[in-house]
Amino acid sequence: MSRIIVITSGKGGVGKTTTSAALAMGLAQRGKRTVVIDFDVGLRNLDLIMGCERRVVYDFINVINQEANLNQALIRDKRCDHLYVLPASQTRDKGALSKEGVGRVLEELSQTYDFIVCDSPAGIEHGATMAMYYADDAIVVTNPEVSSVRDSDRMLGILSSKSRRAETNAEPIREFLLLTRYDPHRVESGEMLSVDDVQEILALNLLGIIPESKAVLTASNAGIPVILDRDSDAGQAYGDMVARYLGEEVPHRFLHAEKKGLLSRLFRG
Amino acid sequence: MAVNPKYPEADAAAGFDLKAANFMLPVIYLLNANIEALAAKLGEKVETAPEFFHNTPVVIDLSGLPEGVGEAEFPLLVGLLRGYGMIPFGVRGGNPAQNAIAEALDLAILRDSYARKTKTADAATAADPAAVAAVLSATTQSDASPGVATVRRINSGFMLVTRPVRSGQRVYAAGGDLSITAAVSSGAELMADGNIHIYGPLRGRALAGMNGNLDARIFCLDLQAELVSIAGHYRVSEHIPKELRGVPVQIFLDQKILRIEKI
Repeated sequence: MSRIIVITSGKGGVGKTTTSAALAMGLAQRGKRTVVIDFDVGLRNLDLIMGCERRVVYDFINVINQEANLNQALIRDKRCDHLYVLPASQTRDKGALSKEGVGRVLEELSQTYDFIVCDSPAGIEHGATMAMYYADDAIVVTNPEVSSVRDSDRMLGILSSKSRRAETNAEPIREFLLLTRYDPHRVESGEMLSVDDVQEILALNLLGIIPESKAVLTASNAGIPVILDRDSDAGQAYGDMVARYLGEEVPHRFLHAEKKGLLSRLFRG
Repeated sequence: MAVNPKYPEADAAAGFDLKAANFMLPVIYLLNANIEALAAKLGEKVETAPEFFHNTPVVIDLSGLPEGVGEAEFPLLVGLLRGYGMIPFGVRGGNPAQNAIAEALDLAILRDSYARKTKTADAATAADPAAVAAVLSATTQSDASPGVATVRRINSGFMLVTRPVRSGQRVYAAGGDLSITAAVSSGAELMADGNIHIYGPLRGRALAGMNGNLDARIFCLDLQAELVSIAGHYRVSEHIPKELRGVPVQIFLDQKILRIEKI
């Protein structure tokens, strides 16, 4: 049985696409047959982050409209054999996503793949609700600031009422929290919400804490999922996240600011 | 008819005249408690003459309602009329229980000579719970009702919610109490015809006694609410004293004044 995972947040710019790319790559590296789908029809960012933008011929909407079959649209990742990308269309709008069409594509994918990662667009409109409708698991990406936490809370409300599992009274979607862009220095100085502050409001299963890191931007610009950068803190944190998602017990890292030594202070300021 | 008390020697009273006058007003005769059907029919009527209904005061006639029905739908009906731009300002022909609700909603009770005779002065008979529950749950179906797994309706009125009520969700316990054993996020809305119990932090809104029950109360372990209300008497977070925030409290009406007390 394949599992459908939606990466969602409500708010934009919190790291959904970065997380989708990292999770999909992490699962595939562990030998799981994985496909990652870009639901952000009209904007299309996932292919850039995955570094496959030049190989897009057919897209998700073509498959939904039966203008192309799945094999024509799926792009195999060059770094990992188990990973495929289903890109979004840039020339259509989100209204092109029909519930039946999405359901049919997901059904077909679930014959072949272990994990289907759905990269949701921001907002709570049609595109976002389509991305989460068929989900089994949801990873709610949240930044440690109040508006992001509020939007995530709203998203959780929608997840528990407007998904297929809610409508058919099946077991509810498993919900996980991923805190991104976490800056322990700013948390210690009281400028940023702490993990505990966020958990007091959301009270979710914490899947990981991704520290604010320059490596994320560098990796995105280079079209390499940041999880492949094993030297960076963000890459390691995403590695931990994948392990936790698969049920391993991994302690949370990058929670506290590193004490700067005298030398690093002198050289890095 | 005209009462015209003028006291030339008193400056304060010289500012107005008090007179009686007759007005022609539309009266809405309620024949059953099916608000859904009413909403549809009313919508058609309003569409044919939107200008006529805009800012028009209306009277609601309750004499045609079956016995013991209507308590719970009443606030919904008033909201519906306001939504169409009308100004519901009074009721007539209601039984004492219905009149109490109307009073709680700040509606005038208009005396009517003929309509009352057929109705027995049947005080606080609860409406048929099943029928009311059916109507109300149909009208509050936005993205509320988070699945059967999380919300259990025991018998009719009482409702138990064991998962957090998230921002944007609405939960309505029609005809009874509402108990929540998790947190209520800011932006969430709890409504109950009876009491509301929250065994966790209340950060959203809680409205008890929706059907005008002045004896309804709200109990919560950690008050951080945006708004609390009992039978329409409300208070927003700005007016909740600091020392009552974050502590266990009960909220009730005392002589129609909302009171918040530590437990």
